[in-house]
Amino acid sequence: MIDFLNQHGSELIIKTWEQIYIAGFSILLGVVVAVPLGILLTRFPKTAKYVMSISSMLQTIPSLALLALMIPIFGIGTLPSIVALFIYSLLPILRNTYIGMSKVNRNLVDAAKGMGMTTMQSIIHVEVPMAMPIIMAGIRLSTIYVISWSTLASYIGAGGLGDFIFNGLNLYNPSLIIGGTIPVTLLAILADYLLGKLEKHLTPTTKRSEV
Amino acid sequence: MATTKEIVSFRDVAKIYRGRPAVSDVNITIKEGEFVCFIGTSGSGKTTTMRMINRMLEPTKGTIIFKGKNIRKYDPVRLRRTIGYVIQNNGLMPHMTIKDNITLVPKLLKWSQEKMDKKAHELIKLAELPDSYLDMFPAELSGGQQQRIGVVRALAADQDIILMDEPFGALDPITRDNLQDLVKNLQETLGKTIVFVTHDMDEALKLATHIVIMDSGKIIQDDTPDNILQHPANDFVKDLLGEERLLQAQQNTLSVGDIMSKNPAHITLGRSLSEAIWEMSRHHVDSLLVTDDSKKLKGYIDLETINDHYSKDLSVSDIYANNLIKVRKDSFLRDTSERILKQGYKYVPVVDKDNTLIGIVTRASLVNVVYDAIWGKEELENPEDANLPVSISKGSENA
Repeated sequence: MIDFLNQHGSELIIKTWEQIYIAGFSILLGVVVAVPLGILLTRFPKTAKYVMSISSMLQTIPSLALLALMIPIFGIGTLPSIVALFIYSLLPILRNTYIGMSKVNRNLVDAAKGMGMTTMQSIIHVEVPMAMPIIMAGIRLSTIYVISWSTLASYIGAGGLGDFIFNGLNLYNPSLIIGGTIPVTLLAILADYLLGKLEKHLTPTTKRSEV
Repeated sequence: MATTKEIVSFRDVAKIYRGRPAVSDVNITIKEGEFVCFIGTSGSGKTTTMRMINRMLEPTKGTIIFKGKNIRKYDPVRLRRTIGYVIQNNGLMPHMTIKDNITLVPKLLKWSQEKMDKKAHELIKLAELPDSYLDMFPAELSGGQQQRIGVVRALAADQDIILMDEPFGALDPITRDNLQDLVKNLQETLGKTIVFVTHDMDEALKLATHIVIMDSGKIIQDDTPDNILQHPANDFVKDLLGEERLLQAQQNTLSVGDIMSKNPAHITLGRSLSEAIWEMSRHHVDSLLVTDDSKKLKGYIDLETINDHYSKDLSVSDIYANNLIKVRKDSFLRDTSERILKQGYKYVPVVDKDNTLIGIVTRASLVNVVYDAIWGKEELENPEDANLPVSISKGSENA
């Protein structure tokens, strides 16, 4: 272990950073696109059905194949990986946002409207806060997927901890494989933990004891 | 109240859902300060009608005038901020404190913080809850307390009119009763106009000054509670009111003329006593009312008097008694029955305004009315009940 760190220490830090960068960027894009889209879809339930099935279909494409498919469009490197992982992150976030928003108590939405809130005020002050736990659950799920799948991004030259794993496979060097896998796992656990904290912060309190 | 002006009026309003009318031909005028109840079974269109007032639903046909202006001319969001809105499951925002919930509309109207704080304290007092509740969340309050907040929240921006959609439907009877008192009290002291949707007739009769009865999207009757009780428009209204209430209302408003027996046994002044006796035996009675030739009531004569003074030469006019209690045809039964039952008269003659004898109320006819009020008119519905008096009388025979 010490040997491994001595030998690959600085490389490990760089690769970990690359991994965080790729995964983080994909998730961020996913959130930015999927959350508003999910909210928008609750206003158009008929369209929602089609959008959901399309995003489910995208999810079924094998991850390696999707990455490979990006090469003709975006070439190799970081960009195609981010695009591919972004597509993967969409579905859980989109679906959870949509479900979370549709599950908001209709009475509350009715009361909000009846008291004179605009649609936007109702979404921001009532519906999103109420749907927050479910939306966050989708984001956490996506994050874990994307962090582990982003190891595959090394296959199309995006770097990241996947480099260790693929090198290890090619060189029959288990310590490289393990040295790449453990940081990925730790990264996923850490990200989930941090998002959990964020979720708690964002989920509105409904009892004084929770304050 | 006669001078108050109208605040909302429906003119030939209809709402059509997928080709089928949910409500049609709605014409209602709601005056300021009225407590209007829309009542009907589910699917009668009462909620639909109410929700058109604050443009939660748009009428397909017809117009709704709010404060002299077509509601379509108002911006719906602004319109709703001037109309209080209370729904069944209180609609409190679970993620906001009671204070934030109460001042939700003032906040939308961008009131200053001090003004909102003041209002919150004022309203929690109206809800008869302690100030400390302002910092609590709705989940920490009981259902009844939550709905109290729901009610006062609708008053936060000094709305003149408040819409309530079955607000107390989910509460237990005791809590519901308390909240009804609260709402009635607020309405009377603050002079608000309330439009209240309910399916509970007791609630409507308790609260309303104006009841609109709806069925299958149409207005069946639109009147004051008293008028509805006394003149139900049709069988549907009668069913909705229920036999018991109708009978009670009837007893309160029944006039003597409604239950009297016509053509009571009577005799004119000039007849002889033997004719009087013959008349008594013919009618199986022990006293006769005495009238003059134009049927004006003069007094009465009974068997005892005839017995004491009998003589062939005497006529009725010589010995009749004129210390007689009589009632007018149009006086209320509730005033008369008291007199008959408590003071032990066997009967009371009924006269019209010219003192002409037109009928008689006996203890027996009162029994029927009281019986109907207690047991209802279909007293023989349950055979066991019908047998009850028989078994009792058998028992007493044996004893």
